Amino acid sequence: MSDLIRQFRDFFVSLKLTVVLIAFSILLIFAATLDQVNLGIWAVQQKYFHSLFVMWRIGDIPVPIFPGGYLIGGFLLINLISAQVYRFKLTAKKSGIWLTHVGLILLLIGELLTGLWQEEFALRLDEGETKNFSESYRSNELAITETTDPKFDDVVAIPEKFVARVEPIQQAKLPFRVVPKIYYPNAALAARDANTPGATATPATTGIGLQATATPLPLTYKQNERNAPAAYIELAGPEGPIGTWLVSADPRFPPQSFEYAGRSWKIAFRFERSYKPYSLTLIKFSHDRYAGTEIPKNFSSRIRLNSPDGRDDREVLIYMNNPLRYAGLTFYQAGFENDDKTTILQVVRNPSWQLPYIACALMTLGLIVQFGIHLVAFIARRRPASSAVA
Amino acid sequence: MKKFIPLLVLLLGALYLGSTLLPPRQTTAFDLTGFGRLPVLANGRLKPLDTVARNSLLLFQGRQTVVTPAGVKVTPTEWLLDVFFNSNAADQYRTFEVVHPDVLALLELKAEDGDGKKRFSYNEVAKKVSELERQARLAGPVESAVRTPFQSAVLQLYNALVHYQQLKHTLAPPTTEDFLAELLRFQKLLPTGVAAVRAKQAGQPHDEATAKAMIELGQRYLFMSETTNFLAIPPTSEVAEDTAWQTTGQSLLGAFQRGSVDSSVLAYAGLGYAWRQRQPEQFNKLLELYHTQVAKRFAGQLKKSDTETRFNATAPFYSSMSLYVGAFLIAIFSWLKWPEMLGRAAFYLILLAWLATTAGIATRMWLEDRPPVTNLYSSALFIGWGCVGLCLILEAIFKNAIGSVAAGLTGFATLLIAHHLSLTGDTLEMMRAVLDSNFWLATHVVIVTIGYSATFLAGFLAIIYILRGGFTRSLDKASAEALVRMVYGIICFATLFSFVGTVLGGIWADQSWGRFWGWDPKENGALIIVLWNALILHARWGGLIKARGLMALAVFGNVVTSWSWFGTNMLGVGLHSYGFTDSAFMALITFVVSQLALIALAVRPLAKWRSFQSA
Repeated sequence: MSDLIRQFRDFFVSLKLTVVLIAFSILLIFAATLDQVNLGIWAVQQKYFHSLFVMWRIGDIPVPIFPGGYLIGGFLLINLISAQVYRFKLTAKKSGIWLTHVGLILLLIGELLTGLWQEEFALRLDEGETKNFSESYRSNELAITETTDPKFDDVVAIPEKFVARVEPIQQAKLPFRVVPKIYYPNAALAARDANTPGATATPATTGIGLQATATPLPLTYKQNERNAPAAYIELAGPEGPIGTWLVSADPRFPPQSFEYAGRSWKIAFRFERSYKPYSLTLIKFSHDRYAGTEIPKNFSSRIRLNSPDGRDDREVLIYMNNPLRYAGLTFYQAGFENDDKTTILQVVRNPSWQLPYIACALMTLGLIVQFGIHLVAFIARRRPASSAVA
Repeated sequence: MKKFIPLLVLLLGALYLGSTLLPPRQTTAFDLTGFGRLPVLANGRLKPLDTVARNSLLLFQGRQTVVTPAGVKVTPTEWLLDVFFNSNAADQYRTFEVVHPDVLALLELKAEDGDGKKRFSYNEVAKKVSELERQARLAGPVESAVRTPFQSAVLQLYNALVHYQQLKHTLAPPTTEDFLAELLRFQKLLPTGVAAVRAKQAGQPHDEATAKAMIELGQRYLFMSETTNFLAIPPTSEVAEDTAWQTTGQSLLGAFQRGSVDSSVLAYAGLGYAWRQRQPEQFNKLLELYHTQVAKRFAGQLKKSDTETRFNATAPFYSSMSLYVGAFLIAIFSWLKWPEMLGRAAFYLILLAWLATTAGIATRMWLEDRPPVTNLYSSALFIGWGCVGLCLILEAIFKNAIGSVAAGLTGFATLLIAHHLSLTGDTLEMMRAVLDSNFWLATHVVIVTIGYSATFLAGFLAIIYILRGGFTRSLDKASAEALVRMVYGIICFATLFSFVGTVLGGIWADQSWGRFWGWDPKENGALIIVLWNALILHARWGGLIKARGLMALAVFGNVVTSWSWFGTNMLGVGLHSYGFTDSAFMALITFVVSQLALIALAVRPLAKWRSFQSA
């Protein structure tokens, strides 16, 4: 083995590297905790943990100033695996360290997969309402729905990132092109009185856009706020433009109907939906308080779960610390609004959710074995020592 | 002789603890203890009036002692009786602490005029109450993290006054000379009065004077019911729900429908009459009758409130504090002279204090039906308990008084922190929905708290090493090596517990919020503790640090742990931010600076350490 390769190996095997990496992760986590006050949890995860480098903007140029979660985690993984390969022989004395390190490797991989795969949605249900979809916390979509057949809606959903490109979009199902004219990632809506002479000009030629305008807002990162993008969308048929609509993902902004080519349509910018092959109906939401106080004791949602194949038709109770796990998704009681008449469930898909459990069981066992070995050795050493004194 | 002295110390300590168990001496003929045991429903929990009195006093003035203008010391329950039934007298007791100079100026008070230069009576404070109210309205909307010390002081005093008003309207309106007579008149007037009001509303002929008197009483009781949050009146036998307690005002408003005044309201009015008229015999007789009546339905709850009253009077955490200080001093002295005798005496005292805190924590658990750690206050108790428990094990093994010194220090410090945390109200709180899970409280919270304890203990042992080795010649080679082994062993223990505790927290989060790990500040804090302990162990195994390095890193463990314990709560974001604490910020900063100074001492060259200089 050449010197260079050996040095290279020694670098990755060394305990010094481990200590430095742990110190880096502590600094990273600490900085990320402090930054949550400004950015909110989600943005912090993207900036610090789900990244190779933590970027600092100097003017408009992002400059890497610190290794990010993926980089530190990646090095730790290499360090661990190479230490495992080169340094430790699998002996009884080292079995605890082995187990702990294998568990840690699994934990790091699990966290990587969670970062890549986990999806979170919100499901808002009024009492008595039935829904077969949940909504994204962050992503939005432009939905164009054909409602000609009263029994059936045909939806074309265009993800926000395509709208953001502000380029014409052609979709085989639609008899017209969709041309985003203006796009604001976050916008405020204001009323517009078209009849007053000094009314602000609007690109909209039809629909609510005649009575309302959108003005851009800075992006928000707060945990309890979300961005409400708005866009001016022109629809153009083969014979020329049909009209330009203002659409906004603000939940108060309703879908707009129009007729084209003898068929009925609706256009709406909305929270991205994830449809399910089953439906949930809120029967009752309960908000229990301790007697004589406003301190919440429990939140619970009684839900009817229906699948169209008729296999599932039952009532379930979702409450704190007791989610519903169904069809690879988990439904948690996340919140409520509208004077306790509306429940908000959080819907999570995380295919790798078992990995941390396995990893942590291995690590716990490993630590107990390793420190147990230390303890036994310590007691064994003391016994002859103390008998010698006596 | 030398053998007996430790036993004598043990005996004295036990006698001291035993004396706190004796029922308090009655200074009046009134059965004050019996009155203190009566339950009320407040903050979602049935608690004895004794607890209400003590917590209110802690809230107002940070201590439980009350001295009347005549210089007589009265018990919290006696004070509460005056607040309830004789508010003219209570308004003159100096029970409100005002220290901020601008607040004093606002109220036109001079610190020199106050009792202990800081305590004032309600009458003194209330002179400028409208101005205080105005300032409170200005300060209220400001987020607690960015309030100025003046704004916090204004709000604290204002809230104390609101709380005091609530107490005054709990059992009788403070404006009546004789509430019992009023109630008896009301009772007699009820049938004709209700008829008169009905007739008036229907526009039929009626006795105007009766109807007017009735309506006035209704408004009076409505005001009473709206002014207080203390539900003192147990549900009537027709009401099935055990938690349907009412305020006195609500119960009296209900009398308009029922046609009679509830007997509990009358009983309290009778007690008030006897108290004002100084008739202890009547008072005690009525108290017994009322107690028997409540016991018919709430026997189990009364048993708890009796125990709680005894627990309040015993105050095991305060007596433990004194024992810890005594043991600490004896243990330190044992390094200079009579190591074996004094070491053993200190060990016994630590053991006694630890048993007393164990009993105290167990009582709290029984009262709450909860695992030991439910809020910041109980975490302080439990961290101390865990530290001292580990110290006892160390001391039993090493017998060099180091464990006792560390135990005295950490035991006292954590109880002191707990005392300061108790100043904001009842420490037996109801658990908010998301935390309401005994299983996870018993596993995740307890284990992670033991992890905190162990990390702190390693840090405090390291402080002993640094101070004793650096500034005295008493740290001989054997003790130094023993300390290194102790710190190393405790760090291993801390790694295990903080890791398992953090993992269990992840599992709880996965069960209730849908993600194993959410990078919430409290979670991050716990993770940093695990990582820091792992860093120390790896640095040690890699030979990167020796004894002094280990000590320096262990001291920094104190910083890391205190950040996770208190610092993360100050951020005010995340699901875990149930702790308050803005004034604690300065204390945290001071602590961190002191730890950094100790680390600086630890990394001095070996030649500067007095114990390691060659003689």
